[in-house]
Amino acid sequence: MATETHEESTGLVFHPLDQFIVKPLFGEGPIHWYTITNVTLWMAIAVVAVLALFVFGSRGRAIVPTRTQSFGEMIYGFIYKMVEDVTGKDGLKYFPYILTIFIFILFANFLGLIPMSFTTTSHIAVTAVLGFGVFIIVTLIGFIKNGASFLSLFWMSDAPALLRPIIAIIEVISYFVRPVSHSIRLAGNIMAGHAVIKVFAGFAAIALISPVSVLAITAIYGLEVLVAGIQAYVFTILTCVYLKDALHPHH
Amino acid sequence: MEGDIAQLGQFVGAGLAAIGSGAAAIGVGHVAGNYLAGALRNPSAAASQTATLFIGLAFAEALGIFSFLVALLLMFAV
Repeated sequence: MATETHEESTGLVFHPLDQFIVKPLFGEGPIHWYTITNVTLWMAIAVVAVLALFVFGSRGRAIVPTRTQSFGEMIYGFIYKMVEDVTGKDGLKYFPYILTIFIFILFANFLGLIPMSFTTTSHIAVTAVLGFGVFIIVTLIGFIKNGASFLSLFWMSDAPALLRPIIAIIEVISYFVRPVSHSIRLAGNIMAGHAVIKVFAGFAAIALISPVSVLAITAIYGLEVLVAGIQAYVFTILTCVYLKDALHPHH
Repeated sequence: MEGDIAQLGQFVGAGLAAIGSGAAAIGVGHVAGNYLAGALRNPSAAASQTATLFIGLAFAEALGIFSFLVALLLMFAV
């Protein structure tokens, strides 16, 4: 997404999508799969932050929780309740996976909002791994738990008999589009928000409208804080919905 | 301002794709508005439906993001 040329003169001093370029951390040169890039760095920071939250949070195990502990417990309880409500009791077996997804995306989104940082979830390559991972795991769970009767997810037995094959085709297509929309939604939202901030930052160079531009950046930044939380929530709740479909394919 | 007809097509196409974002805005507003209308009539049932609200918002919004993606692809990737 971030390898566009700089020849076009768009009137901006910098390009709004420059912030998404993947660079090697040490030295120059081509990027291989093992090259340590800024994506690697910020993913590692996200993982360390998650670990720090839960390790320091659960270290005291106090009756009256500290701030760290109560924040960790809040996230844990929130996701536990979501899995229980949406997926049902038998979905709680997969709660650790869903909590991992949620907290990683949440921390990656929020770390990306720090100025000069890199937003790992703005890359479709990152979110596609998460989205297709969910898709493959959920499909496997569906076939292992239900066997061939998992295919009844696509066969609406309460629809008119004439319409059933057509509905089945539509259902199959919508099933296979799920991982695409699941991953593009997260990456697109985060990328669009960050690009908008950079577009307004470009306007700030013009003295006449720079106060308006700075105010607009502040407002959009507030919106982005909201979006970072909501998109992590949406990604997680859709994972729960897909898991529910896999566990209970009969409508 | 010289450029070839393909570049003109890129920019016009990206602008047309941006209409999709507006359409998604209508959809998101529709979901949120209907949720609020229902929630004000029956506030006791509102809390249990927030998950459905967010799923609906996500589905409506995803299609707008697709059109944004088409615009980006036309601008930078073609």
